[in-house]
Amino acid sequence: MTAQAPAEGMVVGSNLERVLRAGHFAVCGEMGPPQSCSAQAVLNKVSLFKGNVDAVNLTDNQTAIVRMSSIAAAKLILDEGLEPIIQMTVRDRNRIGLQSDLLGAAALGIRNVLCLSGDHMRFGNHGSAKAVYDIDSVQLVNTVHRMREESLLICGDGTPPKPRKPDAPWNNVPTPLFVGAASNPFGDPLEFRVVRLAKKIAAGADFIQTQAIYDLPRFERFMAMVRDRGLHEKVFIMAGVLPVKSPRALTYMRDDVPGMSIPEELVKRMEGAEDKEEEGIAMCVEIIERVRAIEGVRGVHIMPPMWEKVIPAIVSRAGLLPRPTFEGEPA
Amino acid sequence: MIVADRKPLDEILEMVGDANRILVSACNTCVTVCLAGGRREAAVLASQIRIHAQEAGRTVEVRENCLERHCDAEFLAELAGELEWADVMVSTACGVGVNLASEVYPSARIIPGLNTSFFGATDAPGRWLEMCGGCGDCVLHRTGGICPIVRCAKSILNGPCGGSQDGKCEVDPDTTCAWQEIIDRLALQGRSAELEAVEPVKDWGTSHSGGRRRRIVDEVFQAEGEGEA
Repeated sequence: MTAQAPAEGMVVGSNLERVLRAGHFAVCGEMGPPQSCSAQAVLNKVSLFKGNVDAVNLTDNQTAIVRMSSIAAAKLILDEGLEPIIQMTVRDRNRIGLQSDLLGAAALGIRNVLCLSGDHMRFGNHGSAKAVYDIDSVQLVNTVHRMREESLLICGDGTPPKPRKPDAPWNNVPTPLFVGAASNPFGDPLEFRVVRLAKKIAAGADFIQTQAIYDLPRFERFMAMVRDRGLHEKVFIMAGVLPVKSPRALTYMRDDVPGMSIPEELVKRMEGAEDKEEEGIAMCVEIIERVRAIEGVRGVHIMPPMWEKVIPAIVSRAGLLPRPTFEGEPA
Repeated sequence: MIVADRKPLDEILEMVGDANRILVSACNTCVTVCLAGGRREAAVLASQIRIHAQEAGRTVEVRENCLERHCDAEFLAELAGELEWADVMVSTACGVGVNLASEVYPSARIIPGLNTSFFGATDAPGRWLEMCGGCGDCVLHRTGGICPIVRCAKSILNGPCGGSQDGKCEVDPDTTCAWQEIIDRLALQGRSAELEAVEPVKDWGTSHSGGRRRRIVDEVFQAEGEGEA
């Protein structure tokens, strides 16, 4: 099957790409596939995302806990008319497995991929697993970019391989994937976070989703450094937000999740709130409004861990509805 | 040097089983330096085996010796007589020693007294740190002499990952983030700009994924060598 040529000005023409290139403030939401083979568990969540987000991230065994594959879950929601972004970590597959899954994902109609290092298996439910880490996330970004732009694999072979006869035509099949990468403005050292972002752009990243933002002053400093280098004009940066419904969730992230920065005032505010869910939604909406005002932020990525049902309320109250639609858009 | 840890006594006793004549053979090289399998540690292990047998009402004979090196067949020659006598030999050499002794004495039962862990160096008295992954394709000139292959939990060549905070690794708060160290080291040398380049994928073909590795120096090998292929 040959992929349909993308519309003019598009590299892939995924819904996410169209929303971003049209200058809309994009909205992505995150869905964790189930810890079972239940397709129904995936389908039950579809209505929470439909019409509320432009694309849905399917996590790849996040926190190194075994779950349904992100590609399988992505196909399930794709068939329901939602646009998936598969997350792909370099923790569990070597370059052979990664490239094979990229070809497979694109063949199934998946058009977006987010390239990640992945949480170390020590945090998950198979702590004694052998680490792969054959390539790193920056190299994965470049791998996908090259498969799309040059129809080439890491080894230099074409997709499909080039004919042996020198004059024979090469009917190359590019892998049409819009390439995303993560950026953590709260990891250290701060200055180097911008350098690493630049490396991901140089490697071919089209869009960026950031780590969850609570520490706005630090994120603003990060974005200022991004603008100083003009990086916001080379890549679509989407700010990550993570709604919580308890002070414990905030202190857990502060104390136990590496690379997170949680201001004390937010913890106090949550502790003092009577209706914690309502406070969590309000806090998330405020953060969205604040990041939206920062120059260079082109969208938001909402990651409600095991609380996907909050997405419609957040999107609606943040004034992000209705989501844009395009003529001739595939259902 | 090679750094190793003594196996737990229970595990060693289980491997020794009901053997009556036991040889504990130490190595005077790396494992002596890292206080895991030198003469002194072997003596302690031999005593533990004797005490355990005594408590169980069994009579065993335990002998000890210490070779200069277990990773050289020349030194292993000393073991010939002792292995005639012993039912089992507990080696407190590293895994290299256990492999080689087993190759030299294929009919002898030789069991590992240590878990061989890594290539490292003494960091402070009583503490050893891993330094090299033996990947066969050294990148240390580009990383300020800090190995990202083993010192980064994810072997990242374009680090650090998002889990680096306050100079520590996300996997273990007692472990320094190798990439924080690389960034600091290159800054000290005025070479920060080098880190802007995207490091290409690594050729792991020189690493341990291709089976047993060997090194041959042709002129010496052709003149004197004959070993296995």
